[in-house]
Amino acid sequence: MFARARSWLDDRLGLSTITEFASHKTVPVHRYSVFYYLGGMTLFFFLVQVCTGVMLMLYYRPSANEAFESVEFIMTVVPFGWLIRSIHSWSANLMVFFAVAHMVSVFFMKAYRAPRELTWASGALLLFLIMGFGFSGYLLPWNQLAFFATKVGTDIAGVVPVVGPWMVRFLRGGDRVAGGTLSRFYGWHVALLPAITTVILVVHLALVQVKGMSVPAPCEEESKRRPPMKFFPHFALRDLSGWIFALGVLAALAALFPWELGEKADLFAPAYENIRPEWYFVFMFQTLKLVPGGEIAGIEYEAIPIMLFGAAGLLLVLIPFLDRGAQRTGRSKGWTLGGVAALLFALGMTCWGYASLLPLYVVLISGLLLSLLAFITRGSRNPEGR
Amino acid sequence: MDGSTPLPRRRFLNWFLGTSFGALVAAVIYPIARFASPPRIPEATTNSVEAGDVSDAAFAQKGFKIVRFGAEPVILLKASEGEYRAFSATCTHLDCIVGYQKDRSRIFCNCHGGAYDLNGRNVSGPPPRPLTAYKVNLVAKGSEPAKIVVSKV
Repeated sequence: MFARARSWLDDRLGLSTITEFASHKTVPVHRYSVFYYLGGMTLFFFLVQVCTGVMLMLYYRPSANEAFESVEFIMTVVPFGWLIRSIHSWSANLMVFFAVAHMVSVFFMKAYRAPRELTWASGALLLFLIMGFGFSGYLLPWNQLAFFATKVGTDIAGVVPVVGPWMVRFLRGGDRVAGGTLSRFYGWHVALLPAITTVILVVHLALVQVKGMSVPAPCEEESKRRPPMKFFPHFALRDLSGWIFALGVLAALAALFPWELGEKADLFAPAYENIRPEWYFVFMFQTLKLVPGGEIAGIEYEAIPIMLFGAAGLLLVLIPFLDRGAQRTGRSKGWTLGGVAALLFALGMTCWGYASLLPLYVVLISGLLLSLLAFITRGSRNPEGR
Repeated sequence: MDGSTPLPRRRFLNWFLGTSFGALVAAVIYPIARFASPPRIPEATTNSVEAGDVSDAAFAQKGFKIVRFGAEPVILLKASEGEYRAFSATCTHLDCIVGYQKDRSRIFCNCHGGAYDLNGRNVSGPPPRPLTAYKVNLVAKGSEPAKIVVSKV
């Protein structure tokens, strides 16, 4: 009976082509193989976002008069509402973290070499989409933090030459951040961005499946020596156990540190002390804080870092087409050093941005301890000294 | 058709179809783009607002309050006894709402640390321009505390 149903479906859907493909798929094994799990982890958090997001939509009301109260209702009255919303917030942060970690590892392993340029470009677009999700979702609880973050974030678009003022009005749905902005952000957060993300995500995953995992140049010999792992079931099961672990971590974080709601947005109140955006925007926030007021040749100083960040985003997408060295030999010291510099800049600025909460010496000492730990574990994991 | 015609039929048809398709795309995109750009709604122009009276507890506690001037926030602060000043409360840097730090007698924006003096001049941090000043009038009526009227300069 089951076999007949299977063959009936197979005739119509061609399932055997997929299972045939999956049964042959392997994952190379070498000392950096662990980084292959980061993308799957990001996917897991994305799926959690879809599920919890759909659930929150059952009670959330996207209007300036009701948004805050409806989230309050979810947090205090709806059974397990606090859990669902806290998981949605925590998972959002972890998704950004793993997406960035995935990108950083792919960058340093030069996995964007031919024929995987479009896998990288689609991944970079997905990272921007995730940040778009983060930014648009941030406004939805309609609290003070959301209000100011959106005021600043949309005002930044104004520095773009020629179309800037139009973009600000387009983003805000008017001249100011108000109820109209909330309607737009809600629509983007639950409809437009998910639709675009789904398409690009499918392309990204299909490319990963078709092209397989890239082996970093320094590991080529090692991965020839060690037998590859079968994707199904060995790699998939490892992925799955990671996902179950992640679900446990999410539940624990949501239960121990439920996401706070803050105070309802007041369009006529000053920004409160120590206001700052989510951690993944802090490096840009801190940079903007450091640039003094003034203008040069009709361009305000603040526009310069904003345009540089925009250019850096474009550069990120185009890396595979610009890094000629990696394309030829699999190695490119200049790009590696550039990546390290960019990472140090972002990390440094982020720490600086939080320095008003933590004394600077705590940040410095913990940084020192972490690098020491990294140095020691590197030595022990690599006894041949390679 | 002989070969001497300057525009062969196929090329003409391709051109015709191509431009028609282009026009179709434009006819779809234009209304969508116009729909997505928010319409400009004329706002009633506000020239002056009454902002309570001088006995407001906010002045004793924080030394300032934010006044609704139409849809715009305006900061009204007590610079010294009997002296009130008003400025646009929108930070000229990135649109946050500023507050008044009584102990350091400066107007300060908590978003990016922009500071203005009590004349609204940007004195430190990122703000590129001074805050727009508003006029403050005190209207005394008999023995009641004076009313504060904020108006455009």
